[in-house]
Amino acid sequence: MRFLQHIGFKLILVVGITAILIISVFAYFNIQSLGNSLQGEVERHANQLSETVKYSTRHDMLLNQRDRIHQAITAMGKQPTIGRIRVLNKTGEIIYSSDDREIGTSVDKNAESCYACHSAGRPLERLPIAERTRVFQTHPDSSRLLGIINPIYNEQACWSAACHVHPQQQTVLGVLDVTLPLDEVDRTTRNSRLKMLLFALSAVLALSIIIGFFVERWVDTPVKDLLKATQQVADGNLAHRIKSSRQDELGKLARSFDNMTDKMSEARLQLFQSDKLASLGRLAAGVAHEINNPLTGVLTYSSFLLKRTANQPEMQEDLKVIVRETLRSREIVKSLLDFARQSVPKKNETDLHDIIDRAVTVVQNQLSLRHVELVKNLDPALPRMTLDANQMQQVFINLIVNGMDAMSPGGGRITIGTSQITLSPVGMAQIKKATCPKRHSLIDQTMRIEGLSSVRVKMRAASEEGFLYLDPLYGRHRDQTSFPVAAGALRAISCPECAASLHEPDLVCPLCGAPAFFVEVPTQGKWQSCTRQGCDWQRWDAMDTGGLREYAEITVSDTGCGIPAEDLPRIFEPFFSTKGQKGTGLGLSVIWGIIDNHNGTIKVESEVNRGTTFRIRLPLHQPR
Amino acid sequence: MSQTADIFVVDDEQVILDAVTKICSAEGYRVVSTADAREAERLIGSGAFTMMLCDIMMPQMDGFQLLEVVRHRAPLMPVVMATGFSTVENAVRSLREGAIDFVPKPFTSDELLSAVGRALRLRALRQGAHITGSGVVDASLLIVPCPPKFHRLGYASWVLIQEGGTALVGITHLFTKVVEVMEAVDLLGVNEELVQGTACAQIRTADGLVHPVLAPVSGRIVESNQSLIASPASIEKDPYFDGWFYRLIPSDVEYEVPQLTSCSSGDLY
Repeated sequence: MRFLQHIGFKLILVVGITAILIISVFAYFNIQSLGNSLQGEVERHANQLSETVKYSTRHDMLLNQRDRIHQAITAMGKQPTIGRIRVLNKTGEIIYSSDDREIGTSVDKNAESCYACHSAGRPLERLPIAERTRVFQTHPDSSRLLGIINPIYNEQACWSAACHVHPQQQTVLGVLDVTLPLDEVDRTTRNSRLKMLLFALSAVLALSIIIGFFVERWVDTPVKDLLKATQQVADGNLAHRIKSSRQDELGKLARSFDNMTDKMSEARLQLFQSDKLASLGRLAAGVAHEINNPLTGVLTYSSFLLKRTANQPEMQEDLKVIVRETLRSREIVKSLLDFARQSVPKKNETDLHDIIDRAVTVVQNQLSLRHVELVKNLDPALPRMTLDANQMQQVFINLIVNGMDAMSPGGGRITIGTSQITLSPVGMAQIKKATCPKRHSLIDQTMRIEGLSSVRVKMRAASEEGFLYLDPLYGRHRDQTSFPVAAGALRAISCPECAASLHEPDLVCPLCGAPAFFVEVPTQGKWQSCTRQGCDWQRWDAMDTGGLREYAEITVSDTGCGIPAEDLPRIFEPFFSTKGQKGTGLGLSVIWGIIDNHNGTIKVESEVNRGTTFRIRLPLHQPR
Repeated sequence: MSQTADIFVVDDEQVILDAVTKICSAEGYRVVSTADAREAERLIGSGAFTMMLCDIMMPQMDGFQLLEVVRHRAPLMPVVMATGFSTVENAVRSLREGAIDFVPKPFTSDELLSAVGRALRLRALRQGAHITGSGVVDASLLIVPCPPKFHRLGYASWVLIQEGGTALVGITHLFTKVVEVMEAVDLLGVNEELVQGTACAQIRTADGLVHPVLAPVSGRIVESNQSLIASPASIEKDPYFDGWFYRLIPSDVEYEVPQLTSCSSGDLY
């Protein structure tokens, strides 16, 4: 019964029950009051009738003209709205009745209709009209009847009349009992009950349909979209977006979900890139080491032979080739290491606009040959920056050439823009190098926290010794330990290589008072934290005092064919190429590496057939 | 068993041991080699070697650990590091931790012999200074140490960070003594980049060898001392002032300078 769990069904159920409840209560009181007012009407009518009968027969009674009384009662009793009229004398004998058959019979005084007066032994003589009225059924299947007893009181004319039938001291001489059928009232109330039921049912049905429709529209569809999206993201498709245009809470949720997915895919891309390039770097370093050893054999022997055979010109020629080609191999291996970022960028203070101009000069010929217009939109106030001019030039040449390659033979336009922006460093600063005071590196490549190399220090806690892996992202606190440490335990921190204590002698944690420890971040001061397990205190003055960071933003936009959305997350991957044989698939990953080396970021925005924009952000002041 | 040799070679690759042995033997040097770092550690203590050529990445022990052993047991023996994993970090670290030279693999026989020659020459100078301690010859008078405020990479090259953001780079008096008679100096041009720990100039000497000068800091050259090309001998006369090589804009003083040895530390060799 899955639909029972459906939110729409539950809503319909709750609203339906509420509606039925409200309508029922309303109907109950409504029908009740309708019945009461109708019955009151009948009662009034019965009372009037009985008074009418009493007064119209009074004269005949006084004259004791029994035939006439009988005739009048029978005639009145024949009317369809009147059930029965009868007159009982004081002994309970029916002396007149619209039904001839009961004349002469007696009524038990203890019967329900008489009980109101006769219960107290001596009968009451006066009763209010409500207590003289009774509603009854002759048997369970017949319609209800309303009876009213009207006492006939003694009066002077009665005891002074010629017949002298009644003595003077008697108060009540007999009663007039008029019975009216209530079937009309009953039918009316039954009808309105039926109408109410029909109304309730149709109201609930209409409510269900309306609620169902809007729940489907406002809740079901967006929730299903969200569900599908979470499923997609869980399956690893971070390119999926909901793209909801709704303004309600679910719309906001969908947009916030899209935003989260954006951030996730960006983070994953960065992580993936770091990882990919790091492993490529390790691979290249390993290959270089392995190849350099046999190359040493070749180079030493061949250069040695070259020297020893100085008097043999025919061998010299060949040996020179061997030495030359081996030296060439040496350069190739060296450039492989360069690519793998094993070599540090050579940064100098330069004008970014000069670099852009030089890059443009290099490709100027190609641009005009391919009818590509280049527009520069440069911010003249951009200050000089510390950059590796050659690497940055390579970045711009690559981006411009990529833009050209994306254009149709008809040409197009490439726009290069620069501007200054200010961004917050919170949660961005990462420890990339860390040492003990004796300059032993603490960076651990094998233990990665969320993909980033951790900072490894030796830790002693509760007489156990192991390692503490610090989260390199400032302010994230995802530290790891090599053995479980109880929260609140104090840890002794030292360098894993030289065992030098990393405790700050004059500093305690301002949060919990435990001793503080530090690691040195080359050129970026000290990074300090607390020795108590679970205490989150951290300080990195170089970052804290930095406040907002200023960046130069460089955009390179083209009006080319664009990049399909499914390719976007992969374009910075090494060896990913859409150019087939024309490209190596290394260009953008090299760019990514260069920008990363400058502590910057590169992002891409693209629309198929509209164009692509690369957005580079470089810190105006390199962290020192 | 105590062994004596001019050159002690440690490398986990047999082909390199063979090549070095062959080339150096041909020059008349006595060579002892081992592919086992543990064996090397034992031999450093027991043997008597004039110099050592040491690989960095080896199983069991790495070259830096052997450097530590040399510092304790044979402090006079110059060590030349050679590695196929020739990164800037490895080069600078080798020199900081006491090696006198760093030769990236693969190297040619000439490169090897020039490094070996410098090491043997340095040993001789060290030995002279050592004898001074016992009062025989005062060789230290012959060597002018680099002035305070200068920083040196290994024993060979120095840098002086100047006010105004530039730096001067040159070679030490000891290095000129080690390479001896300088015939020519090859300098890089203006605007070229220096990378710390990699060759930034070549000195050609009368014995036909070429000696690379390792850059003490990275940076872009704004001026090179052209007078040196005309008269290389002037370097030897005043290596710390008139004999400067390059004026450059250093790229990362805060990180690179602490990797160097301060000349005020007094430790000459």
